[in-house]
Amino acid sequence: MNPNMKRLRRSMMFLNCQKPGLIKDPYVYGPDSIMLDLEDAVAEKEKDAARYSLYHALQEIDYRGVERVVRINGLDTDLWREDIRCSVAGGCDSIRIPKTETAKDVQLVEEAVEAAEKEFGIEPGRTLIMAALESARGVMNALEICEASPRLFGIALSGGDYTKDLQTTISGTGVELMGARQHMIIAARAAGVQCFDTVYTNLNDMEGFRRDVETIHTMGFDGKSIINPRQIPIVHEIFTPTQKEIIFAEKVVREIDTKKAQGIGVFTVDGKMIDIAFYDGAKRTLALARASGVYKGEL
Amino acid sequence: MINAVGREIPDEILKLTGKEPFQGNNYKNGVPFRRVAPIIRPVMDNEHSKLVKDIHEALVKCKAHSGMTVSFHHHFREGDLIVNMVMEEIHKMGLKNITLAATSLGKAHDPLVPMIEDGTITRIEASGVRGKIGEAISDGKLKGLAIMRSHGGRVRSLVTGETKVDIAFIGAPTSDDYGNLRGIGGKTNCGVLSYSHVDGDCAEYVVAITDCLVPFPNFPAHISMTKVDYVCVVDAIGIPEKIATGAAKPTTDQRKLMMAEYCTQVVVNTPYFKEGFSYQTGVGGASIASTISLTKIMEERGIKMGFGVGGLTKPMCDLLDRGMVRVLMDTQAFDLDAVSNVINPAHHRITAGAYANPFNKGAFVNKLDYVILASLEVDVHFNCNVVVGSDGVITGAQGGHPDTAQGAKCTIVICPLLQGRIPAICTDVTTVTTPGESVDIVVTDYGVAVNPNRHDLLEALQKADCVPLKTIEELRDIAYSIVGEPEPVEFEDRVVGIIEARDGTIMDVVRQAKHYSFDD
Repeated sequence: MNPNMKRLRRSMMFLNCQKPGLIKDPYVYGPDSIMLDLEDAVAEKEKDAARYSLYHALQEIDYRGVERVVRINGLDTDLWREDIRCSVAGGCDSIRIPKTETAKDVQLVEEAVEAAEKEFGIEPGRTLIMAALESARGVMNALEICEASPRLFGIALSGGDYTKDLQTTISGTGVELMGARQHMIIAARAAGVQCFDTVYTNLNDMEGFRRDVETIHTMGFDGKSIINPRQIPIVHEIFTPTQKEIIFAEKVVREIDTKKAQGIGVFTVDGKMIDIAFYDGAKRTLALARASGVYKGEL
Repeated sequence: MINAVGREIPDEILKLTGKEPFQGNNYKNGVPFRRVAPIIRPVMDNEHSKLVKDIHEALVKCKAHSGMTVSFHHHFREGDLIVNMVMEEIHKMGLKNITLAATSLGKAHDPLVPMIEDGTITRIEASGVRGKIGEAISDGKLKGLAIMRSHGGRVRSLVTGETKVDIAFIGAPTSDDYGNLRGIGGKTNCGVLSYSHVDGDCAEYVVAITDCLVPFPNFPAHISMTKVDYVCVVDAIGIPEKIATGAAKPTTDQRKLMMAEYCTQVVVNTPYFKEGFSYQTGVGGASIASTISLTKIMEERGIKMGFGVGGLTKPMCDLLDRGMVRVLMDTQAFDLDAVSNVINPAHHRITAGAYANPFNKGAFVNKLDYVILASLEVDVHFNCNVVVGSDGVITGAQGGHPDTAQGAKCTIVICPLLQGRIPAICTDVTTVTTPGESVDIVVTDYGVAVNPNRHDLLEALQKADCVPLKTIEELRDIAYSIVGEPEPVEFEDRVVGIIEARDGTIMDVVRQAKHYSFDD
């Protein structure tokens, strides 16, 4: 398996490929992933220029370990195939498919990626895929999309288009997104892939943004798409386990290991009932803490 | 001759100016000198009127002549009308070879360029020059030399007699008919008149220009009638909305916020951050954001500032209003909040001399623990350039940069690694304006570098593990790896200006900019 399938992706920052000033050094803000956009942010007549800067950015700029995802144009355009050739040739880490509705969409992109890897001598399987679900049909097909390709590391909700399709609008409360969010996270977990939430566009409401991130964190999402570097510290703060959580997770793992050897199945840690069912969750907390740079322990 | 910051100062410039090359920050420490005193024309007749009907009459009464030096302050900033008004009258009178000795010049003074071209103005002395005058000097249009010196250096130049001001024009928001001047009140409230005190002390003639004549006595006077020869009332001395605007909104630029956070972490993790510490900061987005985040930590740790000094902004005045700083020492009000805050009894006006003159028996800057500064360029020797753009054109001002940098125990310079496509951290700055020996810490968006001479600060920050530490060379290398190493800017041979060190020695020279031409 490509080791990047399960990498840390708390924050995925959208950047317009048309703007060199934006794509030259976004890593200073410390996002886990950047999403270099060839789709909606790029004017129709600038698509070729955006591809040109994308290719050179991917080739020339050391993004210092930040994942480089490229959002290609929709499969209903005549642009996406060339977008993939250009991205793969540049050496991007992942392709984001917009407006994904079926497993077939993912497989079409997978074929194009495979061909491009072959054409440009890129290690087969290096380029991963993620799918953005932007319609009611896409959301309803979440599970088949999640299981469509071994390259697919996750799905992301695109709230703007999705709410339009639902014939509603973004309210800021999250009510209109509740069903899709719940459905998608369940599908992603069923398929063993990651799940990412939509952007929060009101940059003047950082408290609203914080509440939104807390909600999706509680729901189980792996991360959030963001549109401004100011949003990164909040996402990371919420997604990074606290010292209290880390200490508790360490205790849980150690106690389960010890008690298992002693043949004890159920016991208490800090007054809470613990059994084997808590093991994976505690391990995940420690892995996330380690990936976030706040845990250097041995577990 | 090569000076202490490795810059070659041509012998003909040393000869022409009678100056020495810069030889280190404390070269003139303790070296005695005698202050100059101006001629005083006593006013004993109780019928004597100081009022003149216009600028022309003031000039005539002050015996204006070709070759004279006239001085101005920049408290009205980009809203200043005084310099242009007076120089237009001098121009009309056909006077030539004037030395314009302003505390600073900006875009408001662009209309003076034709007077540089026709020889009305042949020398300029200022903290720095922005706008078209800077371009004109860099283009070689000024016949004589431009001397760029710090606020403290200017006071030194006047009190030592190096700059002999024939007529000082002091724009005053309010004045009475006997020349008691205040920086507050009237239509053009600027809060303080700090930069003009030395002109009042040293000029041969002092003319107050106001657009708000008030009943005698206009008290307490910021500049006293005892120093003023004439008072001239005009329609407007400044454009209020360009003098001081509302406080800048806190920046939302994450890059500036990151640098502000690094800066705050540096302050709170170095040894001078303790009860009663002193602090100066500027008006840039990162500086203001840093003051705001510093305030939170001061509150958390129960630490109060002893004094804040310099040009002031709302966040500093907020600290005073909330009892987080004991006193503010004000040389310039940067926003309307700072202007209106001068009524706080713990908000004191000080003169530019008390603030920064290196030839005092001590100045406020010497008592600073921290100063937060910005810079156009910083090199691997920690030298800063705040005057000459990376294109070789004069575009900024020293202000109090060299004064506070030398004075403060911990001088922090905030500078993004790249200014557009230009590496701001570089091997050699285009022009040295503040020597590296004054600069302790450089904060960039890519990390923080500590001057190797400050082992103590480096150790404190390493121990705190609070900011990404890099060497200055590493920062330079990152910058060059992103945008490449630029070829040096090309200049003509002619020296058009000098960067004077605080003590009057020469820090660097500015040569005429060479116009770029494309090869065929």
